[in-house]
Amino acid sequence: MAVELDVFVGNTTIMDEEVYQLWLDGYTVNDAVKVRMEGGVMEECEASADVLLSDTMDQYRTFQMCERLLHSPAKLANQLLFQIPPNRQAILIERYYAFDDAFVREVLGKKLSKGTKKDLDDIGAKTGVTLKSCRRQFDNFKRVFKVVEELKGPLVENIRQHFLLSDKLARDYAAIVFFANNRFETGKRKLQYLTFQDFAFCAGQLINNWTVGAVDNMVEDMDVDLDKEFLQELKELKILITDKDLLDQHKSLVCTALRGKTKAFNEMEANFKNLSRGLINIAAKLTNTKDVRDFFIDLVEKFIEPCRSDRWTAADMKLYLTHYTNSAHILDTFKHQVVWDRYMGVIKSCIFKMYHD
Amino acid sequence: MPGKLKARIVAGRHLPVMDRASDLTDAFVEVKFGNTTFKTDVCPKSLNPQWNSEWFKFEVDDEDLQDEPLQVTVLDHDTYSANDAIGKVYIDIDPLLCSEAASVISGWFPIYDTIHGIRGEINVLVKVELFNDLNRFRQSSCGVKFFCTTSIPRCYRAAMVHGFVEELVVNEDPEYQWIDRIRTPRASNEARQRLISLMSGELQRKIGLKVLEMGGNAVVGYLQCFDLEGESGLVVRAIGTACTLDKLSSGSAPNTNTHMHPNTAPASNACNSPSKDGKESPLAHGCRSTHNSPVHSACSSQRLSQNFSVSVPTLIFTGMGSGGSAGKEAGPLKTLLRQQTQTALEQREFPFFTLTSFPPGFLVHVGGVVSARSVKLLDRIHNPDEPETRDAWWEEIRQEIKSHAKALGCHAVVGYSESTSICEEVCILSASGTAAILNPRYMREGCLDMGITDHRFEEPSPPSCGFCHIPYDELNMPFPAQLTYCYHCRRQKVPDVLFTTIDLPPEAAVTGKGCLIQARLCRLKKKAQGEVNATAISNLLPFMEYELHTQLMNKLKLRSMNALFGLHIQISVGENMLLGLASATGVYLTALPAPGGIQIAGKTPGDLSNEQHILTIQKRINDTIAKNKELYQINPPELTEEVVGSPIPDPRQRSRLFRSHSESSDEVSELDLSHGKKDAFVLEIDDTDAVEDIHSLLTDAPTPTGFYSCNTEVMPGIYNWTSGVQMFTSVRVLRLSNANLTNQGLNKIFTDLCENLLKSFYFKLRSMIPCCLCRLNFTVAVPEEELIQVAVTAVAMTFDKDQTQEKPAEKAITKGCSETEDQLQFPLELCADASSANNQPSSKISGVPETTNVSSRAASVDYGSFADRCSTWLELLRLKAHTIRRGSVKTSRRTQSLAHSVSSLDRSSPLPEGRSRSLRSNRSFAGGSVTVVKMTPLSFLPGTRIIKYLGIINMFFIRETSSLREEGGVSGFLHSFIAEVFAMVRAHVAALGGNAVVSYSMKECVFMENPNKNQAQCLINVSGDAVICVRETDQEPIPSMTNIGQTCTSGTDGAT
Repeated sequence: MAVELDVFVGNTTIMDEEVYQLWLDGYTVNDAVKVRMEGGVMEECEASADVLLSDTMDQYRTFQMCERLLHSPAKLANQLLFQIPPNRQAILIERYYAFDDAFVREVLGKKLSKGTKKDLDDIGAKTGVTLKSCRRQFDNFKRVFKVVEELKGPLVENIRQHFLLSDKLARDYAAIVFFANNRFETGKRKLQYLTFQDFAFCAGQLINNWTVGAVDNMVEDMDVDLDKEFLQELKELKILITDKDLLDQHKSLVCTALRGKTKAFNEMEANFKNLSRGLINIAAKLTNTKDVRDFFIDLVEKFIEPCRSDRWTAADMKLYLTHYTNSAHILDTFKHQVVWDRYMGVIKSCIFKMYHD
Repeated sequence: MPGKLKARIVAGRHLPVMDRASDLTDAFVEVKFGNTTFKTDVCPKSLNPQWNSEWFKFEVDDEDLQDEPLQVTVLDHDTYSANDAIGKVYIDIDPLLCSEAASVISGWFPIYDTIHGIRGEINVLVKVELFNDLNRFRQSSCGVKFFCTTSIPRCYRAAMVHGFVEELVVNEDPEYQWIDRIRTPRASNEARQRLISLMSGELQRKIGLKVLEMGGNAVVGYLQCFDLEGESGLVVRAIGTACTLDKLSSGSAPNTNTHMHPNTAPASNACNSPSKDGKESPLAHGCRSTHNSPVHSACSSQRLSQNFSVSVPTLIFTGMGSGGSAGKEAGPLKTLLRQQTQTALEQREFPFFTLTSFPPGFLVHVGGVVSARSVKLLDRIHNPDEPETRDAWWEEIRQEIKSHAKALGCHAVVGYSESTSICEEVCILSASGTAAILNPRYMREGCLDMGITDHRFEEPSPPSCGFCHIPYDELNMPFPAQLTYCYHCRRQKVPDVLFTTIDLPPEAAVTGKGCLIQARLCRLKKKAQGEVNATAISNLLPFMEYELHTQLMNKLKLRSMNALFGLHIQISVGENMLLGLASATGVYLTALPAPGGIQIAGKTPGDLSNEQHILTIQKRINDTIAKNKELYQINPPELTEEVVGSPIPDPRQRSRLFRSHSESSDEVSELDLSHGKKDAFVLEIDDTDAVEDIHSLLTDAPTPTGFYSCNTEVMPGIYNWTSGVQMFTSVRVLRLSNANLTNQGLNKIFTDLCENLLKSFYFKLRSMIPCCLCRLNFTVAVPEEELIQVAVTAVAMTFDKDQTQEKPAEKAITKGCSETEDQLQFPLELCADASSANNQPSSKISGVPETTNVSSRAASVDYGSFADRCSTWLELLRLKAHTIRRGSVKTSRRTQSLAHSVSSLDRSSPLPEGRSRSLRSNRSFAGGSVTVVKMTPLSFLPGTRIIKYLGIINMFFIRETSSLREEGGVSGFLHSFIAEVFAMVRAHVAALGGNAVVSYSMKECVFMENPNKNQAQCLINVSGDAVICVRETDQEPIPSMTNIGQTCTSGTDGAT
């Protein structure tokens, strides 16, 4: 004797948030039942394992039926099949598009292609995220990428509008799209210490300051592609390291300002030229796509690591970069103030964010 | 040529991709009514086409308008091959034919395909212009209102209740026609859907004609069913109660009829609670007596296989017990009343009423449940136009019911319903109801107002107990019953137990709370054919009824209750078994004596171990009873003994009672010489069966804390509903793997199935606690040899825990009545006017002033009492003045506003590139675009007031798949189908301008599968009343968004 068929359908669609999370996390029905049993729902309502199983199956089915709609969340609002109150719809969507930081960290900057999708089981094994959940998250990234690819206007706003996501989540997705589009390298060992949120912050900086959209907000791909003209102009900054006078002048200005204000002064003074060369070289090379990809690894190798080995504190770093940036304005022969600010503004905030253990 | 139907196709959205190459669709629409078809242009390469078609006009007879649905087919244009159908929408235009219902249908309808389910949505506008029809011999009955609700609808007043109407139409089932072998499943399903839709329309029209003939204007408690007789055809039948209803002006529509609350405060004072354990006679007693009725003979004599019929001995469930002493003054008044009623009812062939809840004063006495069953062999219906055989079958059953009622001294049957169960060529026809005596004034012409009480016929007994008083003559009782004086008024006799099929009268005095009581039973039978099979079934039926009854009685005692309401017994036949399920809501009626306990007796007193065993069981039973008393708060005040002339248990018996109440009863024992009844209900353990029975009695799990359940409209004892409402449908099918099961084993399986279902509900709805499951409606079926199917529809409603004991003041009732008086004048004028113009109103009002339409539709516009009252009045004036000018100007206005709303909708849906900028402003969920439609099997929604009935919803769908696994197996398939059915019901209601469905029910859910072929098919028939309701405090319709939020925070499940 076996239950052949078992369904429960409410006029208002019943969804249990806990089960939804288990479903999203890729638990099988049986595993989900186990988790729920351990969670103590049964005692709460004098239920038996059978009841729990039946309920979990019902919910899983409902979610599966809703999934199609969640792929284009705007449909959820004016579809007729499920009567779901708006606040619930918002939760469903937000949760569906939520992702594990551990997982996203692995695919960040990778091409959202079939090839990457094939590697998901490895990533799943590494991060402890179930394959099912990995697939969902990956497909979400890809879907968002595809939709906003063809849209004009600000990236974050487009994501927010099309996928009805919260501002925070929309920003994260913007970062993912941005990274995937520019294929930033994030997987190297040296970058492992950086979290997704670090990168997301940097992406926000880059999007707001270095993309085409930062100057013109009506072009296609404005927030996804870096401003080519700007990258070209960055070459001009080379003068700061190629011109010996300028370099010395810059150094002395910075050192004057820093003297006595930090314990790491000696190291700063000794390393000034190296560090400056490092930053300016990064700027000068950004016209090459390959070097754009290595932007973060370069930042770490050329700047963050030397500083860290000299045991700069975060405050030291802040102090140094502030004066380093500001001093350039005083150099009379240095004419590229606007480009310099646009460049250093982003570099500064990125390094601040990235300078931690 | 009395009608013009106009339809306009506006737009589509979310269409499926029909062209794989382009990932798009070239959609166009065919609009068909009768034999006329119109087409829209093709809207190329779009999944969200905008057709904005012209108005397609159909000039048709109103007869056709009633019978036919408007058929909208969406197709994909294909240059080289045949056009592919995307799906269809059937729109029942009946609501447009009734002056007081909807006046325009406009909205998004799911496009439905029987193979693929819902495939996108289409926006359609439909209107009807009716012309005057002065033909006296017309075949149409436009304007007669239909209600599924089994009480007088909320915003109406019953001027007169005419009585029973029934009709039946038969046809060949397209699924069994020869052509079915060569056509596609889709074509076959659509033919079936269309045919049933047509037959329903025809049926409704015919019933409407009968109502008009009787002088009524409405059918209340309309119950339509269809019998899939397979090879022998398709029967659609309906019963209802014809009434003359007057509309109350909406501003003050008092919810007097059904929503009001009993006032037991005085009752509990006046009432004497029982002093003894009970006066039950063994159950067998009552039953046996009715068994005597000589109905059993027919089977052997009737050889004709063509019309084979077996009548089944029928039980009359009533309160039973053995007689007491004679009543004091039952005599003259009762006789007078009886005569009055008799004359009123005698003119009717069947004094039956499908209502389950009545205006105050309507129900005078209740006798008990009467039921009749008969087993028939189906045979092909040769001439669909002359469905005599089926008519004769039902006629026979009804006659039987009528005679049963007579035997109980009653003239009428209320809470009447009919049902069938079919397996192969065997069909069980069942009818049941509650024998009752009614107040004749509702049956007389010219008595318009229920507010005015006609004192001549008023019973001297108070309304809170009057209906319990026996209607039959106690000196000449139809069966030995145990009578006592009413514990409430002490003037009349009452039975010790009362079973009914109706809802608890709102004015009844009740102690504590009620609860759902179910008796479940399986009986194996041998597989057989034809007459042998039918005889076997008919031989089993009385035993099943008897056992179900025993179970009910035991469970009732176990809960310390003394009355059952809403009793519904379903017997379902399968190839090798019969299933019986009796559901009812048990209550403790204050007027009836307290039930005795249950006493266990062993057959072999000498056996010591046995004695021990009995003692343990006895203890468990006693504990359960005590626990239940606490759970349901049944604590009737102890009473002073001497007033009650109740029978006293003899000392020997009483000494064995497990609960001792007041011992003082001894002194009056002399009064009770008439019988030496045991006063506790004795169960003898003489064999294993009995042990099993007792065991099963005790295994019913109590409802978890915070939950209550009942199968009646509302739970006796709970009055302060809050607005959380969750209607649900659940279906479970069990496969019996073991071929050689015993009856006992089956019983256990079946009982567990039902219990587990209930447990599941409690678990799923736990976030709504405190909450009550109301109108729990179980339907059982044996779809295949080893399958048991149980389908349940119910509604969970939240209530305010803190005030459960409090009852709203009586004022609502009285106020309601007096108001009714005041308002009467106004509607009366209208009515007079309307009736003089006879057919005119229907034609006028259908298209009526667009201004009011718009307002009722946009669920935010003021719907104040004044406005509404005026609108109906204005409608008439305006229509008189300028009938001609009406259409054009305002129509265009309406269209504009709709076009506007359409475009605004579009914006919120995801669009390909270029439009994104426009999205900027509204991040909000464009949820406003979908009207929230609440559904409930009850006749009301708590916290709201129904201001308008928009017409009946009666929909039939077939869904089939040949990719069962891909759709998630049988559960996935049925889950999405039920969700689709809900969606389509909601869409139709929203298109009528409504925001709720009341008296919703799923009448049929036939599921068939063939997993080996990866196929399944399901048929679902649902019905209900579309309404507009407003929050009790508001004048406007509920703003849909806030409302759903409210419901759902509580209504949906949350682990939070």
